[in-house]
Amino acid sequence: MTFQGWILILGFVAILLALTRPVGAWLFALYEGRRTPLHLILGPVERGFYKLSGIDPQAEQGWRRYALHMLLFNVTLMAFTYAVLRLQGVLPGNPQGLAGLSPHLAFNTAVSFTTNTNWQSYGGESTMSNLSQMLGLTIHNFLSAATGIALAFALFRGFARRESASIGNFWADMTRVTLYVLLPISVVYAIFLIASGVPQTMAGVVDVQTLEGARQSILLGPVASQEAIKMLGTNGGGFFNANSAHPFENPTALTNLVQMLSIFVLGFGLTWTFGKAVGNTRQGWAILSAMIILFLAGVFVTYSQEAAGNPVLHHLGVAGSNMEGKEVRFGPAASALFAVVTTAASCGAVNAMHDSFTALGGMIPLFNIQLGEVVIGGVGAGIYGFLLFAILAVFVAGLMVGRTPEYVGKKIESREVKLAVLAIAVLPLMILGLTSLSAVLQAGLAGPLNKGPHGFSEILYAFTSAVGNNGSAFAGLTANTPYYNGLLGIAMWFGRFFVIVPMLAIAGSLAAKRHVPESAGSFPTTGGLWVGLLVGIILILGGLTFLPSLALGPIADHLAMIRGTLS
Amino acid sequence: MGKDFTSALRPAIVMTILFAALLGIAYPLAMTGIGQAFFPSQANGSLIRDGNRVIGSTVLGQAFTTDRYFQTRPSAAGKGYDGLASSGSNLGPASQALVDRVKTDVARVRAEGITGPLPADLVTASGSGLDPDLSPAAAAAQAPRIARVRGMPVGTVTAIVDRATETSLFGDPHVNVLAMNRALDTSARR
Repeated sequence: MTFQGWILILGFVAILLALTRPVGAWLFALYEGRRTPLHLILGPVERGFYKLSGIDPQAEQGWRRYALHMLLFNVTLMAFTYAVLRLQGVLPGNPQGLAGLSPHLAFNTAVSFTTNTNWQSYGGESTMSNLSQMLGLTIHNFLSAATGIALAFALFRGFARRESASIGNFWADMTRVTLYVLLPISVVYAIFLIASGVPQTMAGVVDVQTLEGARQSILLGPVASQEAIKMLGTNGGGFFNANSAHPFENPTALTNLVQMLSIFVLGFGLTWTFGKAVGNTRQGWAILSAMIILFLAGVFVTYSQEAAGNPVLHHLGVAGSNMEGKEVRFGPAASALFAVVTTAASCGAVNAMHDSFTALGGMIPLFNIQLGEVVIGGVGAGIYGFLLFAILAVFVAGLMVGRTPEYVGKKIESREVKLAVLAIAVLPLMILGLTSLSAVLQAGLAGPLNKGPHGFSEILYAFTSAVGNNGSAFAGLTANTPYYNGLLGIAMWFGRFFVIVPMLAIAGSLAAKRHVPESAGSFPTTGGLWVGLLVGIILILGGLTFLPSLALGPIADHLAMIRGTLS
Repeated sequence: MGKDFTSALRPAIVMTILFAALLGIAYPLAMTGIGQAFFPSQANGSLIRDGNRVIGSTVLGQAFTTDRYFQTRPSAAGKGYDGLASSGSNLGPASQALVDRVKTDVARVRAEGITGPLPADLVTASGSGLDPDLSPAAAAAQAPRIARVRGMPVGTVTAIVDRATETSLFGDPHVNVLAMNRALDTSARR
């Protein structure tokens, strides 16, 4: 590890802390439905959209209706993308003349982008036309992110409102977030990326005759416009197979820093928005503190392991850090930081190949996703996932002192706790169940590239990433088969919507309750004790559930690596 | 629920169409227009031309395998530096296949006379398979070989490495291989 590496890491956190309040305040204005300066330009677009689709943005929805409208919109979007991908061969905007996708690959990809996972069973440059990238994929990068933030708003209202039957209007939340946050930032961001060397053209392949006289084909396309929202919306699906390791997606150390910042910035802001919504911004800072502790611990492990390098290669006379799967312009610090950021949030973009990380260095990204991506987390999804853990934490605290738990002015009763457990239990059930299945079926065992424990890690990582809606991979796994495309598609769908529906039910149930003023007997949910309890609950739940699977994969791999036992 | 369902269907379908037009067509096309107008070089891949011939991109790596040039890192993109098949090797840290590949590359660079601990990037594959850079150490280690093959003073070659070294607060020091190799050809012509 180097001094400069830690400056990068701590500077990164400092910049985000400085942005938390302004970004949180902007989001709070949209949460409240207030006007922003951008309404001058985009207000007519918003009103036009409502008018054409027959939406009354003032109409309040109960949680069931909110959930129904959200689900129907997402299913429609998914069907739209499935159609675009299947028809790719006959649609325009296809300079390479690529054929339509197979049914199972189109299904997997449509689910993947609808659920904000952006798992890539396909290789971008060899599978997707320019039109598919724009019309099939980029729109989901916006709308799945906007859906996530809308859902977070709905849950915030559950805590904030008193004896209310409704939690907001899905269409208004989703449209406002898209128009007044995601789109304007993406426009500025895309221009920055183009200026830094990210292509943005409708052209296709350029033929190059290299200095040594060989031929190289270079693929261009509308990369920057997709790249911007891919990071900001914590989507992660790259234009190219190699994602943000590809020099055309992420050409410089500066673009790399901005990409990492943009993964986290809305997640940081939303913690402040939550605090403001429930009337005490210290509630937001407490949540953010717990997240940052877990985040920095992860960065420390991954960075130290990657910087120390691979002892197996050291024996061959290779010095220094682990550079297999890493780009020189980033080096170990910026690669390790990116890996922890992208898996703490549910982004899943990669600037280095996690499959080739050292065993423990690669375990942290895996573990981050298994914890439910609540360390900052995906836009919206991170904070609502974290609040589910907060409900469990106050419940545990309540058990210890024998009082009905409260959180930010609402009594947490058996209905909320049951629903929170239901939402959280989806993760281990799906991940461990499907991994076990694949470790015994021939179709599952055909997937891994690596042998031994690392091969098991590849399968475990795939299902973890799919259920957690992350989208990063131990990419050696051959996942573009009917078996994996099908199962991973189902895993992504359940991982997203079987968390969301119970979460919205909690929002509805909380909104209906009356406000309980804080008393001397209330467990304080700000301050060090609370932060410690949150960190403990998250680690114990995640640890107890997933440590056995980690022992079979990365930990066995680590022991093999330090002993030099190859497989 | 039945009435709810049909009442939700119209906004779902109409919003899908409207947002597809705004985010899937208008937004990328507007960005393309701005990019082509204000940053035409970058927006079109930062290509380097020699007359009518495109010899590469300043951003993207290309393969160099001969002795007279700075050689690039091993690449897992297709058969090496394939611009249509970016990829890392995805080999795990204790993989036999990784060790076999690195052993071959170590033997090759040792045969060229490079001694001492090897800079890691010289014998490892990058994440994209299209890494345009080397670490300054990996470039400097090749200087004696290049000087010998080209009959130039070693100092001229190491000066090219020094001039090409780029540093950043947010990443590691690196040298662009194509830029150095063009500088080699230019200095030979002088």
